[in-house]
Amino acid sequence: METRSWVRDGLRAIAGGVYAVGLAITNLPLLAVSLVALALSPVPFLGLALLPWVTDLVRMRANLERRLAGRAGIAIACPYHPPPERALPGGWKRFRWIATDPATWRDLAWLVPGALVGFSLGLLAVAIPLYGIEGISLLPLWLYLSVDWYGYGVFWPIANFSEAMLSMPQGVLFLALGLGAAPWLLEVNAQFAKLFLAPTKAAELRLRVAQLTETRADTVDAQAAELRRIERDLHDGAQARLVSLGMTIGLAEEMIERNPAAARKLLVEAREASGTALLELRNLVRGIHPPVLAERGLDGAVRALALSLPMPVTVEVDLPARPQTPVESAAYFATAEALANVVRHSGARTVEVSIRYADDVLAITVSDDGTGGADPARGTGLRGIDRRLAAFDGTMTVSSPPGGPTVVTMELPCVLSSPKTSPSSGTA
Amino acid sequence: MRVVLAEDLALLRDGLTRLLEAFEFEVVEAVDNGPALLPALIKHRPDVAVVDVRLPPTFTDEGLQAAIAARTEVPGLPILVLSQHVEPLYARELLSDRNGGVGYLLKDRISNVAQFVDAVRRVADGGTAMDPEVVSQLLARREPLAVLTAREREVLGEMAEGRSNAAIAAKLFVTEKAVSKHINNIFTKLGMPPSDDDNRRVLAVLTYLNG
Repeated sequence: METRSWVRDGLRAIAGGVYAVGLAITNLPLLAVSLVALALSPVPFLGLALLPWVTDLVRMRANLERRLAGRAGIAIACPYHPPPERALPGGWKRFRWIATDPATWRDLAWLVPGALVGFSLGLLAVAIPLYGIEGISLLPLWLYLSVDWYGYGVFWPIANFSEAMLSMPQGVLFLALGLGAAPWLLEVNAQFAKLFLAPTKAAELRLRVAQLTETRADTVDAQAAELRRIERDLHDGAQARLVSLGMTIGLAEEMIERNPAAARKLLVEAREASGTALLELRNLVRGIHPPVLAERGLDGAVRALALSLPMPVTVEVDLPARPQTPVESAAYFATAEALANVVRHSGARTVEVSIRYADDVLAITVSDDGTGGADPARGTGLRGIDRRLAAFDGTMTVSSPPGGPTVVTMELPCVLSSPKTSPSSGTA
Repeated sequence: MRVVLAEDLALLRDGLTRLLEAFEFEVVEAVDNGPALLPALIKHRPDVAVVDVRLPPTFTDEGLQAAIAARTEVPGLPILVLSQHVEPLYARELLSDRNGGVGYLLKDRISNVAQFVDAVRRVADGGTAMDPEVVSQLLARREPLAVLTAREREVLGEMAEGRSNAAIAAKLFVTEKAVSKHINNIFTKLGMPPSDDDNRRVLAVLTYLNG
């Protein structure tokens, strides 16, 4: 198993080497057209149109390099400024957007060194295993026999038949070396590309601000909608019932002397109305912050939730302490939503929930043995989870091949408070 | 009958005291926080304790925890737990020692005074009083119950709430004999061992539903 994955990684990296060599070659024509575009940029009209167009090509190339680096395990984020609104192709706005983005110039600066490093490392990643295969195939032997002067590995030139035969074990070593070195070579290439192609500190901050702005807007929207719902539920529900309750009791008060039997009937009615009002309030409270979550934390609340589902749910919790209330609440509702999705869509017979905390990350997985095929892009449920978690820099990933199983993984960076519970107000 | 009461809201605590005393219970102590509850229960060993789940200082579930702790100390100590909301999870924990003398009701039920007092008496006698909402949540998730007829499910629900044959018969407007026939059918269909003792039987039903 170990060896197989080692060979697989090696082969994949060798293919990546071929790819890197091919990509590196495209850098030179790109550099040439970029220089032409730069030289022509003062020319009216043509200059304004040409540079952005060429930059698009360079960015496509740089993005391919970022993808290649991603495959080598080095993530490089895309550093470009978002395009300005209503910028016409060939317009000044667009030109300025390209020209003022430091990433444009960093891309250009990378083209030559990137090509040299990518070409040589890619070539090396391909050449070493190929040289190994040459040895294994005993090609040196035939060459030695036919041209009389040939060398392989440590024997330069090959002096006799047995030295020629030894090219086979040497080839095996070279192949093994090549397989082992290829991923490492690609990683070095990716690290080099990262020097130029990754966002600068300023760009990183800008990206972070853009992301925060978006998640904050989402959170504010969701919160406003939630408050509106609560307001309406209270207004149409408990509040209205309390008004009618007051009226009924008032009426009973009026009638108690003249018609005690009718007053009694009204009081029974009033009691029932108070029960309904309480029921509605209870349901509302459950939707805002479930009491069992306040009382028992994530562990107890998820277990209580599990009890209410129609299928057996295994719950495993490993939490040394409680997260802060907002995080805990987000984690609970995200889990509840994920479980509701399982009940609604999966047709699963069993569900497993695991809640763990390690390295400052709260990780929750919900896995079921249902039909799979869940797509976060389609269902609003999964998107809702994503939005809930994004407010805390949390993430959700869904693995759901057709035929199942579906695994939803939710991760929330957070710190845990002191063990056990924090005070809150109200009574059970 | 001697009662220990634990409720942090003064309004409700006084109301409950008045209500219980009007029905000839003697409230020997009324505590308003969690830490005072366990010592009070062990000191007085009341005939029944009426306990709110959520109490100061942490406002989590210390009432429930104290109740469970008291029952390990004094096995079978009758305790009626009240709460603003009910969770089958808590019901399961209360029932886990299988000793009977346990109640778990929504605070809403107090407004039906006769039924509430009946529940307190039942728990004091070693019986069970389970809130209809807990029972309906338990019934909702048990698929094997499909083998029961609608009437049998109704009887099962009443039984799970802790009612005796006579009370079930009165509620459903049938004879006691009809009720015991339904109960026999239920026990046969669900494969539970029959039992003559009312309290034991209720516990068996709840254990089955919780399982």
